[in-house]
Amino acid sequence: MDIDGELDSGREDEVRWRDRNRKVKLSPRAGGRNGKQATSEEEEEEEDEAQRKRAHKKKAKVQDSEEEDEEEEDEAQRKRAHKKKAKVQDSEEEDEEEEKSIKRKGPKAAGRNKKAVKQVSEEESEEEERGKKRKGRKLTSKNQKEGQNKEKKSDAKGKSDAKGKGVKDKGNEKDKKKKNAKYSSSSSSGESGDEDSLSEGEIAAQKEEVEEKKKLIATLRNKPWRMKRRLKLLKECQAFVEKFEGALGKGKGRKLYAYKVIMAKVMMGLPYGSIPRKTVPRAQQAKAMDYSVLLDFGVRIFGVMPYLSTLLSLLKVQGYCKYSVLFYGYYNDERTIGLLQFRLPLSYLLVGVGIFGYSLMVVIRTMARNSDEGGDGGDDGQFTFTFKMFTSWDYLIGNPETADNKYASITTSFKESIVDEQENQKDENIHLRRFLRVLANLFILCSLGGSGFLIYFVVKRSQDFAKLDQNTLSWYEKNEVEVVMSLLGLVCPPLFETIAELEEYHPRIALKWQLGRIFALFLGNLYTFLFALFDDVNEKLEQEKYIKNATIWGLKEYYANYSTFHNTTDIPPPEIPPADVIRGPCWETDVGIEFVKLTVSDIQVTYLTILIGDFVRAVIVRFLNYCWCWDLEAGFPSYGEFDISGNVLGLIFNQGMIWMGAFYAPGLVGLNVLRLLSSMYYQCWAVMSCNVPHERVFKASKSNNFYMGLLLLVLFLSLLPVVYTIMTLPPSSDCGPFSGRAQMYDVVMETIEKDLPAFIGNIFTYATNPGLIIPAVLLMVLAIYYLNATSKNYQNANLELKRKMQMARDEEKNRRNNKESTNQVMHDLVGLLPNRSLIPPPAEEAPPPDSMSEKGSKFPKVAKRPGAADNVKGVNLQKDVSLAAPNSRAAVTRPPGPRVPPGNARGPPPGPGRGRGRGAPPPKC
Amino acid sequence: MLHGRFHELAPHLVPLDYTNQPDIRLPLALIVSMPELKENPFRNRIVEVFSEDGQGNLSFNDFVDMFSALCETAPRELKTIYAFKIYDFNVDNFLCKEDLEKTLNRLTKGELTPEEVNLVCSKAMEEADLDGDSKLSFSDFENMISKAPDFLR
Repeated sequence: MDIDGELDSGREDEVRWRDRNRKVKLSPRAGGRNGKQATSEEEEEEEDEAQRKRAHKKKAKVQDSEEEDEEEEDEAQRKRAHKKKAKVQDSEEEDEEEEKSIKRKGPKAAGRNKKAVKQVSEEESEEEERGKKRKGRKLTSKNQKEGQNKEKKSDAKGKSDAKGKGVKDKGNEKDKKKKNAKYSSSSSSGESGDEDSLSEGEIAAQKEEVEEKKKLIATLRNKPWRMKRRLKLLKECQAFVEKFEGALGKGKGRKLYAYKVIMAKVMMGLPYGSIPRKTVPRAQQAKAMDYSVLLDFGVRIFGVMPYLSTLLSLLKVQGYCKYSVLFYGYYNDERTIGLLQFRLPLSYLLVGVGIFGYSLMVVIRTMARNSDEGGDGGDDGQFTFTFKMFTSWDYLIGNPETADNKYASITTSFKESIVDEQENQKDENIHLRRFLRVLANLFILCSLGGSGFLIYFVVKRSQDFAKLDQNTLSWYEKNEVEVVMSLLGLVCPPLFETIAELEEYHPRIALKWQLGRIFALFLGNLYTFLFALFDDVNEKLEQEKYIKNATIWGLKEYYANYSTFHNTTDIPPPEIPPADVIRGPCWETDVGIEFVKLTVSDIQVTYLTILIGDFVRAVIVRFLNYCWCWDLEAGFPSYGEFDISGNVLGLIFNQGMIWMGAFYAPGLVGLNVLRLLSSMYYQCWAVMSCNVPHERVFKASKSNNFYMGLLLLVLFLSLLPVVYTIMTLPPSSDCGPFSGRAQMYDVVMETIEKDLPAFIGNIFTYATNPGLIIPAVLLMVLAIYYLNATSKNYQNANLELKRKMQMARDEEKNRRNNKESTNQVMHDLVGLLPNRSLIPPPAEEAPPPDSMSEKGSKFPKVAKRPGAADNVKGVNLQKDVSLAAPNSRAAVTRPPGPRVPPGNARGPPPGPGRGRGRGAPPPKC
Repeated sequence: MLHGRFHELAPHLVPLDYTNQPDIRLPLALIVSMPELKENPFRNRIVEVFSEDGQGNLSFNDFVDMFSALCETAPRELKTIYAFKIYDFNVDNFLCKEDLEKTLNRLTKGELTPEEVNLVCSKAMEEADLDGDSKLSFSDFENMISKAPDFLR
């Protein structure tokens, strides 16, 4: 019964829907009339008129359209004539875009002046247009029926205008634009004039206005206006907001101001030229000036030297740069600097550590957001192919190039799915595959170990070289480490790829393995390099101790000599020009230099690889192809492929180097910004001109969390050595912000003791007590455990729900699908029952598919019910439905509800599972 | 505005004031050359679907209809119906395998091999076909589309 009811209502819906459509088609015409009469007639009459129009629509069609056109033109003319008067009226309404206020004010104005009516209704029309497009056609027709208050009048007229505009109303539109511009420009200029003498109330009002404008900016996208107008409005609003926001002390303007102030302070606090470390020592001055020496590393980087103020010169790392802001050694240990007491050492440490904290936060937040986005059910795999087929084209594309790209991306995604599907169907000899995989991993471990050993060996050798005379060394001997590391980075990834062929993983998994291996290679190399470097550092520390002792001894001698010679205790410090001061090796700067060298050589290798590996290759392939034995483009050398994942990995690795090196060489950050900027354009050019898309069409993962995870790992691993040095190694005694202290973090202690009130120091002492820290750590561990358990529960619940959905779908499919086979089963089952004569006649099975196919095109929602056939057969058919339920599971997944057919309710209560299928057929009477 | 566009397509055919000659139809080739449709792989189908005679000749009313249905804010049901019609190449109210193949070839500019096309089509059919008649009725289509996250059109 209720099925029939639903059918009817469905039909009703359908009819109503059509009706509505028809009405909407009419409404402009009716509206056109209305618009004319609205100026002179009462509302009721107007409504009647509209009804009549609706009734007569078909006959009136032609004339109406004529009238409409005339009406439009008339209106435009009149409007133009009345523009000036109307403007006065409208100036109270701040903006015609503030929909609500206008809706309220509209009628009022209409009451006041007939000319204003025109104006207002014009505006109403715009809103109407908006509303109409947003909510579809339904709304307008409903409005027409229901609108009974004063707005009705303007509404109806508005509609006519709206439709008219759709057809032709260019004159009106232009006028409005002009007017609009006048309003806002006049209002804003007026306000800017007043800006100086604003009272508090005015400020509040203005704030409100700014908020409104902001809201407008946010919703502008949804408004179906012409683009030109939107842009204009947007620009005006943005200018307005920006102008007043800054003045009102909110938003970006304020922040920018604060930032400027801070920068000014920093600049004031930074000392220039007062620190001996910044002066180039005498022994190296000649060398530093010597251009050939500057270039002997073969590295050119741009550096802006404080002393060469505006000169931009090509320098080498070992020259001036060694004593520049680039490196740790530049900064000195003065506790406070400048009038503002800028605490350089403290901020150096805090910034160094804070960078890690901030990066950690950013990475984790991004990961969380990614997993949020990736989590929704879009990719549950129910309709992979269908969705791709029917919904992948973007109907807004109008540009041939974009269209080509879209074709390519659709093709790629199809190929991806196809390969996925094929992989799913594959099955082979599992033992052989396992053996091959183990073998491949063995190979890869070997090559990883080999590369690690090679780097360790090379670093050690370079330390031996460093002790020799610099002039006797060749270029290769000086830069062996960097060269070897770069070469390893170049050779190993293709090697891994070749080995990975053995494994025969699914392409996506294979890609992940490949990336993981390259990653391990990079990291392993970096760590070996670091360990070798730490050996070096320890050596340097010894050396420094020796120099320090020697210096102290020398000073003592000097003082003793001075006092005996001049016979006075008032001893001036020895007059040594800053360039001649004896210095320790300053291991921090050395570490920084190593990192900068590494970065620079990395840049060189990348650029050269692209130039030779891609560009030259592409040129050769392209032009030699005319006179070659085989097809170069399709055959062996072919064009270079652009390996997206490899490039992303390179970026991650580079970021890791920045994190590691930034503490010792703050300038590394700036260097990398330059490098990344230039390499972006360079690679962009290379990709566009001489690369082909990668043959492997897989992305590593749908969300970017795979790469983000790698980034997090790199961050953690690069955090380790830096924190290790901060916590354990003593800083060098005569360079850097921490010179003279036993440990770097002593700076913090010092600040707590000297600059903060005593009780805060006490609090710190308590807080660092192990008795407090251990419970805190325990608490955190417990919290992590709890959260982990909860997330697992949710995951399980998710899986369960997905399974249920799948089952429900299967059930529905089967119910429609396997009617015959199920019925066969039913036949057998029913055969066991005593009263065979009561089997539903098989003839009844015919109607459902028929009715469905016939209605399928018309009544989509109803057609899902196969039982929607005839009133007479209603009961029987329902029973049929229930009997045709494919399997026992089906009954469980279905929530019991109104759909339980009455036939079952009458019979003995069926069990939840099988009972349904076997339930005695109800007596047919 | 729309009339302006309509007029632009064939200045010699469409009069500026649309008062006494309401029965003008523009041929398919002209409509398809509009920049909005020029790159669309289904442009011919779109125009055919919206034309009253099914041959792709659009009167002005059809033209307006087309734009309102393709509009960003048109109701989803309307779009679904028209989408179904567009993909239904042989106008039999069902999407059968040939329809799917045509759709696919237009989407990929025929870059897939016939086997791949076959595979994809049978897969898609398997996914969306609920009543097992190896063709998609409108209810199948609607059911599928209603679950699509990015059915924007």
